[in-house]
Amino acid sequence: MRIGVFVCHCGSNIAGTVDCEKVAAAAKDFPDVVYSDDTMYACSEPGQQGIIEAVKEHKLTGVVVASCSPRMHEPTFRRAVERAGLNKYMFEMANIREHVSWVGKDKELNTNKAIDLVMIAAEKLRRDKPLISKKFDINKRVLIIGGGVAGIQAALDCADGGLEVVLVEKTTSIGGKMAKLDKTFPTVDCSSCVLGPKMVDVAQNPNITLHTYSEIEEVGGYVGNFEIKVKKKATFVDWEKCTGCGLCMEKCPSKKSFDYFNEGIGTTTAINIPFPQAIPKKAKIDADFCRKFTKGKCGVCAKICPTKAIDFEMKDEIITENVGAIITATGYDLFDFKKYAEYGAGKYPDVITSMQYERLMSASGPTTGHIKRPSDGKEPKNIVFIQCVGSRDKSVNRPYCSGFCCMYTAKQAILTKDHIPDSQSYVFYMDIRSPGKSYDEFVRRGIEEYGTEYIRGRVAMVYPVGDKLIVRGADTLAGSQVEVEADLVVLAVGAESAVGAPQLAETLRISYDTYGFYMESHPKLKPVETNTAGVYLAGACQGPKDIPASVGQGSAAAAKVLALFSKDQLESDPQTALVNAARCIGCYKCVETCPFGAIKEIEDRFGNAKAEVIETICQGCGLCSVTCPQSAIQLQHFTDNQILSEVKALCPSMMEKS
Amino acid sequence: MPVYDGKELRIIGFLCNWCSYAGADTAGVGRFQQPTDLRIIKVPCSGRIDPLFILKAFQGGADGVLVSGCHPRDCHYAEGNYYARRRLELLKRFLPVTGIDPDRFEYTWVSASEAPRWQHVVQTFTDRIHKLGPSPLLAAPLTDAEMAKLQSQVEAGSGCGCHK
Repeated sequence: MRIGVFVCHCGSNIAGTVDCEKVAAAAKDFPDVVYSDDTMYACSEPGQQGIIEAVKEHKLTGVVVASCSPRMHEPTFRRAVERAGLNKYMFEMANIREHVSWVGKDKELNTNKAIDLVMIAAEKLRRDKPLISKKFDINKRVLIIGGGVAGIQAALDCADGGLEVVLVEKTTSIGGKMAKLDKTFPTVDCSSCVLGPKMVDVAQNPNITLHTYSEIEEVGGYVGNFEIKVKKKATFVDWEKCTGCGLCMEKCPSKKSFDYFNEGIGTTTAINIPFPQAIPKKAKIDADFCRKFTKGKCGVCAKICPTKAIDFEMKDEIITENVGAIITATGYDLFDFKKYAEYGAGKYPDVITSMQYERLMSASGPTTGHIKRPSDGKEPKNIVFIQCVGSRDKSVNRPYCSGFCCMYTAKQAILTKDHIPDSQSYVFYMDIRSPGKSYDEFVRRGIEEYGTEYIRGRVAMVYPVGDKLIVRGADTLAGSQVEVEADLVVLAVGAESAVGAPQLAETLRISYDTYGFYMESHPKLKPVETNTAGVYLAGACQGPKDIPASVGQGSAAAAKVLALFSKDQLESDPQTALVNAARCIGCYKCVETCPFGAIKEIEDRFGNAKAEVIETICQGCGLCSVTCPQSAIQLQHFTDNQILSEVKALCPSMMEKS
Repeated sequence: MPVYDGKELRIIGFLCNWCSYAGADTAGVGRFQQPTDLRIIKVPCSGRIDPLFILKAFQGGADGVLVSGCHPRDCHYAEGNYYARRRLELLKRFLPVTGIDPDRFEYTWVSASEAPRWQHVVQTFTDRIHKLGPSPLLAAPLTDAEMAKLQSQVEAGSGCGCHK
């Protein structure tokens, strides 16, 4: 074998703390290394060209690049190696940037470590074999999980691109958080006027199959061929028959049911359609409040329903959908404000969340758009907004900024003045974060035209005096204590990952961070992809996002799926397990271990039991290799011999040293 | 390549590609400074790690071996780290039998986003190994003479002296 080693300076990123010339010189002494050089930027056009020319000039049969993480540029260099006429798997990378130059200060030690990493890469490469991808057909249907604005946008874009779309939504209607908003910043557009037509488009698009009040139960398969089990939860109303007339809501005697859509401001009926613009506009019985379920008798809705759609016997149903790609758009949930006991959250009725305030302002809300405080229905005059409730606060394990609270508070303060001209809004804030297009101008407008008073400082406590709430806090700019007498206190609750997000991530086999937000494949360059091929992200499930960003990412995810489906066949990753039939004893321990069912039991022509890997299903984890008592099944590109050769290079055994 | 005398010890890390290797990358991008002793070998999944790899490392003179994978329940391959956890826990308990101090071996879980955690893991593990010092068992390679003696013992049928 003829190995070429290329040590990248990455400008000063590597060369600053690693002596790249010395690494390249040391590499010359490694077995099979016939060429070694250092280069300024290996990934640049001239850098790649240099590799290609060296391969040809020195008749190299394998290439080691020592540069950044393979998670960054391995595909780049594999393509370069392929252009040079080699198999792209005859390539290894030594990560001397993320794992060396960026984490160690001592140049001597770093250089020594970099030489070690190049050495093990070369040792592994010596045992690499050319691998060829297999092709397989793809099912050009896409599953979108979550019917908020990001999911809706992704669904519409995919459907417009000619794909069949399956949209699964947890609640009975699509629309998500945006459907609950009254107006949107910074244009003060009516939220439902902007979103409503898109929701209708989803319902009317023949390419979109909508499953609402449904959840993902199981995900099997792999990119191109996923098999999804969807649980359609029982609504106790036959939606084929329900016309959404709303007669049942008028007659339902259980009128004190918790109103989830209105965030518990006001009540609803046990059988309900969450809001007038709901898509689909179908009724559902909330079994927690329905008298038929809690007391055993009632059934008024069943009697009144003109189409006889009520079915108290309805059961959850599991359906199967086959798709080729998945877009996850499960959004976010709001921080539980009750954790801020010092603000009286959950204790005083007139301390509410920003989303509850949104419902109070909405014309389709429980007060038909008249701002009335929950305790006595009076119109509040002094309204205090408190920012960063569940954002940028380590004490509640929410150190991150939710990003949009500053803006929606500015909007709510402006709208308050519109609704109640003689009102005064106060905003307690830490910093005003308004980096979007026209965002800062909007905040300034609130301050200058609408007289919103911003007080920079945290609130220490909120306590009632008579029918008022006293908000005591610090004004850190004036360096003084302030007390504001408020009629209503609105807490700007931050975003947190959606309830059940980690569980769904585990079902989808994607990663999530400490706070339950889904991890993108690369924070800069692959913001829509996940580490699982064929699964994409859209919207706030990845991190707090406002509407334009969610819509943008919805479209981006759709574009990714359309690009994936532009081919009829996909190439499988050839780094799969391979059975050495001569050694296989047919114990099938590997079959039991494989998480993907990628190994099947076969008989060879002599009738001996053998295992065989289905290459397109194998994901390349290597669990089977460790399980096999015969070492007969080996994960290609990560064989026992390859890993042991790396170990041996770093820890030369006594025998060889002597 | 020998480790730097007096400055470094020989610490080998086996990291899964999806979580811990990526976490180490994230730590690098964030410039979370770490001791330089650790040499990382990338594997697709912590479930790919054969306990044999770890024993071979110790046999070859490693002063410490660190394994890191995805947090349980968050495996890219659904359940690979459960297999890893069972195998590695068993190995840890078995190490004293082989004469290797189990404190020289550790397994942990670090996700792709946990850069500070990775820094902490590397720092504490390296400190621990430095406290233990070079591996006494196999630190010095056998000399040619010792090797020849061993060889003759084996040939004479008395074994290596460990097993009577």
